Amino acid sequence: MTTLAFAARDSATMTRRSLRHVLRYPVTLVVSVVVPVMLLLLFTGVFGSLRSSLGAVSHSAYLAYVVPGIIVMTAAYGSSVTAQSINRDSTEGIIARFRTMAISPSSVLNGHVISALARTLVSVALVIGVAIALGFRPTADAGRWLAVAGVTALLVLALTWLAVPFGLAAKTAEGLSGFVLIVQLLPFISSAFVPPDQMSGSVRWFAAHQPFTPIIDTLRGLLTGTADGGTALVAVAWCVGLSLAGYLWARVLFRRDLSR
Amino acid sequence: MANPPPLAISTTALRKSYGRKLVLDGIDLDVAAGSVLALLGPNGAGKTTMVQIMSTLIRPDSGRVLVGGHDAIADPGAVRRLIGVTGQNSAVDNLLTGTENLSLMADLMHLSRVEGRRRVVGLLERFELVDAARQPVATYSGGMRRRLDLAMTLVGDPRIIFLDEPTTGLDPRSRRMMWQTIRELVAGGVTIFLTTQQLDEADALADRIALLDHGKIVADGSPEELKRGIPGAHVRLRFSDVAGLDAAERALGGAFRHEDTLTLEVPSDGGATAVRAVLNRLGDTADEVDEVSVHTPDLDDVFFALTGHPTAKPTEEEMENVR
Repeated sequence: MTTLAFAARDSATMTRRSLRHVLRYPVTLVVSVVVPVMLLLLFTGVFGSLRSSLGAVSHSAYLAYVVPGIIVMTAAYGSSVTAQSINRDSTEGIIARFRTMAISPSSVLNGHVISALARTLVSVALVIGVAIALGFRPTADAGRWLAVAGVTALLVLALTWLAVPFGLAAKTAEGLSGFVLIVQLLPFISSAFVPPDQMSGSVRWFAAHQPFTPIIDTLRGLLTGTADGGTALVAVAWCVGLSLAGYLWARVLFRRDLSR
Repeated sequence: MANPPPLAISTTALRKSYGRKLVLDGIDLDVAAGSVLALLGPNGAGKTTMVQIMSTLIRPDSGRVLVGGHDAIADPGAVRRLIGVTGQNSAVDNLLTGTENLSLMADLMHLSRVEGRRRVVGLLERFELVDAARQPVATYSGGMRRRLDLAMTLVGDPRIIFLDEPTTGLDPRSRRMMWQTIRELVAGGVTIFLTTQQLDEADALADRIALLDHGKIVADGSPEELKRGIPGAHVRLRFSDVAGLDAAERALGGAFRHEDTLTLEVPSDGGATAVRAVLNRLGDTADEVDEVSVHTPDLDDVFFALTGHPTAKPTEEEMENVR
């Protein structure tokens, strides 16, 4: 077999290993669906009612507004699970074992990233299913659904590659709390629940310029209205940029001495 | 004249420091193929760093490492194909079962399905893990976990095996079992590089022992060579009261007196002739002796003689370096 075939085979083995973790402990998958659904219910139930009582927007219109933000939060939650699982590998010493074996070095991280992608996309699909059951009526055609899947996959890839170096760098699971806090809180200060132009001062500036906002706007455009090509370009650029940054940082961490 | 056996491992002038702390200070070490070398030293002596360098986990600051004839720094891939490593902390996947852990290794070794299955079943039986094979490793005891760890190392049938403190923290039965496994591996022609803090372990298993202390090899030889020429053999005489102790000390001269245990240690080679000579010199005082015993030096004596401190008590600074 060629080097490339071996690398693919090792990556497949590592992916099977990570997926087996998910299937062995399905509660992880359940929680990663339940948490975003709770947020969806909370926002449509509490804030949606408030906003419709003010006459700003109807309940169903607010549901449609919130779903893209919930998709992003599902991806963010998924990435913190990924960071924890990489951290467990790194602190339990099994990564050290893999590194003394004649296997493709990239396969260890590839396995984590590929299985994280699969796991999080399943979570997102389930969350969208719940939203539809709650009355969400997306207007997207098949092509746009494909685009939704593509943008979501890019987002998950970006968040996962960011999760990898945090997982490798933290010496304990507690050391991950910074990463978890950032990815889970950032969507709140974006266009997820309130349009940024209704915010004030520096918060508005931050919400308008942070990476989650163009991604959410793109998903919203694809699901329920006309997509804005310019926003989509910014969203894709953020995803690719963050993926690359996370990948390069992870590579440096993975190659350095493990005996910290 | 027969050629000496080829070297499985050879290091030359190996140096490694972390920050300002010099961990390895010029290590020269050769291990003949098919032999067991025990690297003995207290906590923080640099044993784990040695294993990490030879097993391609980290690079030395300078020096040369050949493992199975391959340069571990320039060609780590070739070394990895020959070696197996079982570290201090069990490197197992706690979320998978025992069988799944072993199958994972078989897949990563690119074994065929049939061959992989055959080895996994064989190793489960050999390491008495058949009953627990379908349980997640998180439920395993420390001894089972260590056995699984070694079994995972053996899936690829490595010719050179590094064992970093393989019996630390094991109960006596698991320890015996680990020793037995090591002996079986050596009988099969495998080269073993073992680190340990326990002198009896090195004595029981190793063809050669290297003593590592503060980053330097302070002694290197067979267990017998190390024990030979080390002061420590003596005849020990125990008395029932201080009067007897005093009288015997006067009669013998040059004996080492232990007030608290009422014993005298008389330097001697420990042979029957020497014991008779001691008793003859005592004359009538010999009747005061409660018990006579003969002590030959053990590796504790060797270690103490060479490093000036016993193995069991690492200094405070060394404790801080223990991860």
